[in-house]
Amino acid sequence: MNRMFAIFEREMRKFFRSPVLMIMSMMLPIVQLVILGNAYGGKIRNARVAIVDYDHGPQAVRIREACAAIAVNIGTFKTVDYSNEVQAREDVRTGKIDAALIIPVQYSRRVYAQDAPRIGLVVDNSDQFTSSSIQSELQSLVDSLNAPVIQPRIVKNIAVESVELYPYVSYMKFLLAGTISLAMYISVMIGGGMLYIDDKARGVHEGYLVTPITKLELVMGLNLAGAAKAVLAGISLTIIGSLIAGLNAIFNPIADLELLAMIVATSLAFNGMMFLMMVRVDDPLVPRAMFGVLNTLLFFPSGAVFPIIAFPKWLQAIAIIDPFTYCVHGFKAILLKDGGFVAIQYDLLFLFTFGIGTLLIATPLFKRTL
Amino acid sequence: MNPQPTTLDQNPKPAGTVAIAVENIVKRYGTFEAVKGVNFAVNDGEIFGLLGPNGAGKSTLIRMMTTLVPITSGRAIVAGFDVAKESDSVRRVIGVIPQALTSDPDLTLEENLSIYAKLYGVPRAERAKNIQEVLEAVDLVKWRDAQTKTLSGGMRRRLEIARGLVHNPHIFFLDEPTTGLDPVSRIAVWEMLDNLRKTRNLTMLLTTHYMEEADKLCDRIAIVDHGNLVALGTPIELKQNVPGANVVEVHFDRETEQWKSRLEGLEGVTSVQAESAGFYRVLTSSGSRTTMQLVELAASLGENITSLSVQNTSLDDVFVHYTGRQLRDEQVKAIFTMPPRPGAQP
Ligand SMILES: Nc1ncnc2c1ncn2[C@@H]1O[C@H](COP(=O)(O)OP(=O)(O)OP(=O)(O)O)[C@@H](O)[C@H]1O
Ligand SMILES: [Mg+2]
Repeated sequence: MNRMFAIFEREMRKFFRSPVLMIMSMMLPIVQLVILGNAYGGKIRNARVAIVDYDHGPQAVRIREACAAIAVNIGTFKTVDYSNEVQAREDVRTGKIDAALIIPVQYSRRVYAQDAPRIGLVVDNSDQFTSSSIQSELQSLVDSLNAPVIQPRIVKNIAVESVELYPYVSYMKFLLAGTISLAMYISVMIGGGMLYIDDKARGVHEGYLVTPITKLELVMGLNLAGAAKAVLAGISLTIIGSLIAGLNAIFNPIADLELLAMIVATSLAFNGMMFLMMVRVDDPLVPRAMFGVLNTLLFFPSGAVFPIIAFPKWLQAIAIIDPFTYCVHGFKAILLKDGGFVAIQYDLLFLFTFGIGTLLIATPLFKRTL
Repeated sequence: MNPQPTTLDQNPKPAGTVAIAVENIVKRYGTFEAVKGVNFAVNDGEIFGLLGPNGAGKSTLIRMMTTLVPITSGRAIVAGFDVAKESDSVRRVIGVIPQALTSDPDLTLEENLSIYAKLYGVPRAERAKNIQEVLEAVDLVKWRDAQTKTLSGGMRRRLEIARGLVHNPHIFFLDEPTTGLDPVSRIAVWEMLDNLRKTRNLTMLLTTHYMEEADKLCDRIAIVDHGNLVALGTPIELKQNVPGANVVEVHFDRETEQWKSRLEGLEGVTSVQAESAGFYRVLTSSGSRTTMQLVELAASLGENITSLSVQNTSLDDVFVHYTGRQLRDEQVKAIFTMPPRPGAQP
């Protein structure tokens, strides 16, 4: 027991002596939270849409007024006047503008005559995201122009009325759960993976192995330290990330306990996974090479950046055995939904089982000799 | 619970009590035999040296004796315990300094020592006292709170030595304790080890590829080459076993074909070795007579001698005698390149 704590002590002293590991494990997640959180805010702003008006009638003016309203209000796009359709098409092609709206000659007359009036929209569909945003914005604009001025007494059209369960969740808030799990993953990857193999290669383990320490004491000491470092990274990022994303679950003591349970469970799970993967590795290059692959393989299918139901079946299969999935789910349940302990119990169960299970497999694989 | 010490059926060296005994010990890595059936015994209180070039199998031998690598066949008994069967009892009574410097650069000296004291299960009450004593022994007391990375190479070696002693072991294994040190620090380490042996009643087994170190520091030496033990004895015994009591080194200003055979014809000469063009090492039973004849011979032939020296045989000659090769410390280090392997550090 004492020997286990000696290993633990050595690891933790090293950890606190040089803040590099802590800083490194928090830097990527925080940068990702800030950059991705803002980049995928989900809304296009300030696209440039050309208006080529060949009509100049009162109905054309209505369209231009509606566009101006969009520019001022949601700001999806602003308009630029063009006199020539050919020029407008060319500029969409070269990217000088993002779309062109063509109001043909005789448009107003056709509206009054109810003679299938049409306006044209030229978009750059190589950029799906921008073009579909502009398209849908203009579609709703046209819909509202089409709506009769006097509402009929009986509404025959079916409408969906959605009920939002939680306050508006920005993408950054959505991302935070993933970010916290990423910080713990990186801490384990560096602290438990790379440093472990480096120590092995440097002969530090040779020093341990000539002492009377038992295999179990050594394994437990190393893993306890690995998990403790991840817990510290997890706590730090939960606090910093919540402040950046503007989530206030951390100010609720009950939620804090639930968060702590999630952090401990996740740290154990990640650490067990890492130890199992590294237990027979000697080459310091291996954990470095695995870092990126594992990150992509486990982080992205977990629902951290994109909902799992949008994935093909095989990716969903990865998600089922991926500890990230349960970690992300649990953190979302507390941070975004205040779901209480019931909402995270299965996540905790999975993560603890996973952590202990991997450790149970890894321990016999650990060699007490060089 | 301490198992009963086992003894070897036949002790190869019955004098005194045997601290370490190795019997037909073999280490195979795959099909490669790194150690090929070695036998020796180290007496209590002795400093015993394993001398050999890079890749000879010195570290492998130490690793087998210190429970670090499994023994393929044969037996090793340390302090009466069978290394393979009673590993933990062995670990408790030995101190080991690995070839690589493995103390933690980020931790202070005291922290490094304290962690090892705990790993060895030194009771809390004795820890501080032991740490103080070993720091004094290696003359690092005033650095106790410095971070290890701020120490020089020689000081770090001394810290490693202190670390190996923090639990008061009886038997001390040191793998190349002076490699990488300058000559002055090297001599300081020799003195320190010799002192420790006396004050702490230690038996030491160390490896080296420095002839001088083996000669000055060790009571007995085993020469290891290609996994075999090729010679064993005190430095004096080993030198006496080499036919010829003196070495004459002679440098002619002109190389001719006949020098080797002419030198071999001189009185008392047992072997002649060509070192480089015109430069010969001559082993002889009588340095003075050989030298005189040599000078006369050169004069009669009208050849010039640029330099001439007579010495007693050294371990270098012993090494050549037993292995047929030179072990010129630094040169050998440069010629042999080791394949990378786990746990090794240049
Ligand atoms: N783990 C291993 N796997 C395969 N071969 C090994 C392993 N460890 C050592 N060897 C080989 O065994 C031989 C002896 O190595 P060892 O380290 O014992 O030499 P050494 O005498 O200590 O040399 P040095 O002076 O360089 O430390 C070498 O040829 C080495 O390549
Ligand atoms: Mg060696």
